[in-house]
Amino acid sequence: MENRSSKARVNIADLAFRILAAICAVSIIAVMVAIALQLFAGSTLSMSEFGWRFLIDRSWNPVTGQFGAASSIYGTLVSTLIAMILAAPMALIIALFLVELSHPVLARIVGGAIELLAAIPSIIYGMWGLFVLAPIMQRSVEPWLQSLLGDIPIIRALFEGPPMGIGMLTAGIILALMILPFITAVTRDVLNMVPGVLKEAAHGFGATMWEVTRIVSIPYGIRGIVGAMFLGLGRAIGETMAVTFVIGNSHRISASLFEGGNSIASAIALEFGEAMNDPVFRSVLIELGLILFLITVIFQIVAQLWLVSLKKQGHR
Amino acid sequence: MKPRPLILRRGVDLFIRALSLLSALVGIAFLVWILWDVAARGLAAMDWNFFTKRTGPFSIPETGMANAIVGTFYITLLATLIGVPVGLLGGIYLSEFGRNHPVSAVVRFLSNTLMGTPSILIGVFIYAAIVLPMGGFSGLAGGVALAIIMLPVVARTTEDMLALVPNELRESALALGAPSWKMILQIVFRAARAGLITGCLLAVARVSGETAPLLFTAFNNSHFTFFEAKGPMNFLYDLSQPTGNLTVTIFQYAMSPYERWKEQAWAASLLITGAVLVLSVVARILFSGGHTRRA
Repeated sequence: MENRSSKARVNIADLAFRILAAICAVSIIAVMVAIALQLFAGSTLSMSEFGWRFLIDRSWNPVTGQFGAASSIYGTLVSTLIAMILAAPMALIIALFLVELSHPVLARIVGGAIELLAAIPSIIYGMWGLFVLAPIMQRSVEPWLQSLLGDIPIIRALFEGPPMGIGMLTAGIILALMILPFITAVTRDVLNMVPGVLKEAAHGFGATMWEVTRIVSIPYGIRGIVGAMFLGLGRAIGETMAVTFVIGNSHRISASLFEGGNSIASAIALEFGEAMNDPVFRSVLIELGLILFLITVIFQIVAQLWLVSLKKQGHR
Repeated sequence: MKPRPLILRRGVDLFIRALSLLSALVGIAFLVWILWDVAARGLAAMDWNFFTKRTGPFSIPETGMANAIVGTFYITLLATLIGVPVGLLGGIYLSEFGRNHPVSAVVRFLSNTLMGTPSILIGVFIYAAIVLPMGGFSGLAGGVALAIIMLPVVARTTEDMLALVPNELRESALALGAPSWKMILQIVFRAARAGLITGCLLAVARVSGETAPLLFTAFNNSHFTFFEAKGPMNFLYDLSQPTGNLTVTIFQYAMSPYERWKEQAWAASLLITGAVLVLSVVARILFSGGHTRRA
């Protein structure tokens, strides 16, 4: 590439075009650096006020100026965990359906429909969750879960309290729906990459479809499948509008999944408006943003390193 | 190793098959369910006023979302005007000029990271970087926030699409004496046209349904902010003020205690969901069409 263009006579227009393109490419670096710097600069007031204790402090009282990030971090992690527990196996098994079971034409239609779930704006998920899913959760699903699991020690604690419809569990279910298409799409591509010869060899031994998948396809594609999970996780952890509608928005940590909570993103979305005229409150929310930013950046780094090593493995 | 009985293995296999069919059906069922609710409740609340009257107090029946529709259009347009050219040029650099340059590796890595950054953080960033220095919310800030979300998407798709163009095309153009900017814009872009348009449409679709980055940037406004100028220029929109838009209005209306506002929120949801879905489906069809033409 370099040789070709240096052989051509470099004229002014060419040089200008090349520099312009380089500036545009570098602007992405500039934006990322600027985001990091702004979030850090905005958090300094909160950092000097509350220090490291901020991360484990459970208090949240804008009136007295007491703030801690613990409940938001907890809510972010728990709602993401619920989403992953629900979405990951379901995505895997839908991908299995698309690759191994269905006719290619049907697979395109079903796969396209699942991908459309990703196109629906997140605020629609939020509204639908609040006005359609939450009442159903309150009336049917949550009482049913209580009657089913309410007598088992330890697990019981997860399902205690009056069914409210909104809370951690509903937020997790909505998140699961939102990340399902991403995990499904990548897992499907990974399963499609498993060489047919390997699968045919296993079939030749008399293995059933599930045994071929379990013994051949999943071990072969495990790195890609894990990469798909990372992708879904990264999406779920910073999702804002859908969660804000259904998580309940209280700064509390409780074992029960029926109780309301909050996530970092939902706290920023809901409270930034009232925090704008209070420098400390505003700085607290920006520090929450910085924490979320660092979490997602770390996830991205791990996921990308993982995928790079995956590509190297594929080239061998 | 003791072989497991065939009947058990067959049974497990059948169970997994049934489960996977069921899961696929459940996934589709949720899609249909959500779209059905949006369509039914949205249509019920959609009337002529929705498109012609501006937003106003819940007690007045003659209100609509006209200003929010126009505002969303202009904010998205601004985002597209910034995000698409910068993204295209960035993608050109990654694919044509600096494919193996170390800077490109950093750009690719940070593009992926930027794509994975929660959009609410882009909103907070623009609040600190544009809204505070400018002294107030503005449609401009909202447009820039959406442009930042588009930028890495457009850049990476452009790079991927240009990489599909065979090198012989580039070489023959250069052999005819074309400068490389002409070669890229007239030959390579034409060859990759379907993919590039698809990428840009998907990026536009993605940002036009965004809410979080607009909350503290464009904010909201129940008035139109057309320029006062008379004559042919009065379709231009003044984005230096807080700008009404559909998604933030949906958020405020849906969270309100007023039935009428909730109904209007559903109507607005139908409009924005319909627009986003049509854009994404058109983009996909365009791309698959482009593929078959090439093949």
